[in-house]
Amino acid sequence: MKDIDKSFKKDTETDFPLREEMRPRKVTTPDGQVIDIDPLQDYFCQEPPKVHRKSYSAIVEGFYNWARANSLWILGFGTGCGAIEMRPLMTPRFDAYRYGIQWRPTPRQSNLLVISGYLSVKTLKRAIRAYEQMPQPKYVVGLGSCTINGGMYWDSYNTIKKLDEYLPVDLYIAGCMPRPEALLAGLMDLKKLIRKGEAEGANRYAENFDWYKANQKSVIKDWDMPDYSW
Amino acid sequence: MRELIEHLTPRYSLGAPVFQRPGLTFVDVKRDKLRALLLDLRDKHGFTHLVLLTAVDWLEEGRFQLTYLLNNRAADQTLGLRLYLDRANPMGDTIHDIWPTAATYQRELREMFGIAFPGSPRVDEEFILEGWTDMPPYRRDFDTLAYSQQTFVERGGRETHEPRATMKHKLYPEG
Repeated sequence: MKDIDKSFKKDTETDFPLREEMRPRKVTTPDGQVIDIDPLQDYFCQEPPKVHRKSYSAIVEGFYNWARANSLWILGFGTGCGAIEMRPLMTPRFDAYRYGIQWRPTPRQSNLLVISGYLSVKTLKRAIRAYEQMPQPKYVVGLGSCTINGGMYWDSYNTIKKLDEYLPVDLYIAGCMPRPEALLAGLMDLKKLIRKGEAEGANRYAENFDWYKANQKSVIKDWDMPDYSW
Repeated sequence: MRELIEHLTPRYSLGAPVFQRPGLTFVDVKRDKLRALLLDLRDKHGFTHLVLLTAVDWLEEGRFQLTYLLNNRAADQTLGLRLYLDRANPMGDTIHDIWPTAATYQRELREMFGIAFPGSPRVDEEFILEGWTDMPPYRRDFDTLAYSQQTFVERGGRETHEPRATMKHKLYPEG
């Protein structure tokens, strides 16, 4: 590309200071004891995710996958304009509920994270936390061209361009924006992947955990949360 | 509107007005006269509503332009006040006590243009950006494309099999 000013260099020297509530400090307990608190160590679990192993027999695993494919519970977390296209799916016209797909308000009750559209760095942080809090088995669907290659935010200072660098994406649905029909077709494809046992995003995340964390931290400068926050 | 501008010009040493269209006028103001002018407009001339406060980066001229857009609802008149600040050390005056909404605009200008507004509530807290360490991103010497290429991983483009180039490469690999 021609129009890039080579003289512009991103500031890579400055570090963002740790937020005050995350810094180690001394706390006086109600009975007068003075104790050291390191919030990142003491308040959260630092255990990295583990690979979810397959069942002992292929038939049982196939049964599990059938069951998983028929219970897709989506976290109702709209990151961008694609969230608008999810709403019609809940209505009688498209009615995703007939396929066993429904929306839940909290990550603890859902197993499918739909990144619906562009993801700014600020939202990426929340999406990572939400993803990590979801119980296994869990899946990620990238919706729209913004999650695939940045889409119309290709030159934005604040929007990530390639979602699978940061979260393990099982399936992309292309379009800007994909219509509800495309979404339904995509979710049907995801079901097929799960039935075949190929939607292994969560295991990929556990296996390449350090790589994902390095990518996430290269973008999110004020990392004020534990490395794994379930 | 012309009468009002003529009335205010000697008192507040306004610049030459621009009558953009009926109901929209712009005029340049000096920084030391701004506060008195805003209070005068709000309390005596019915400009009770601050529509917006925004900035323009005139990089070549080395200055920032602050635009205070005021609206007189009853007379259906909008008045834009332009104020120029030095770009090297941009320092504005807070008007959050005149219009409380200005505090939000000032926080945004502080973060996106790096214009300081001492005394404005919570002005130094981060507003939209989180963990931003680079220069304010709305300044024109901030290259968003270069920044995004240096920060975010790109997906490679599609492979192309355009016949002419492909066959040329196949038949004459040396060029």
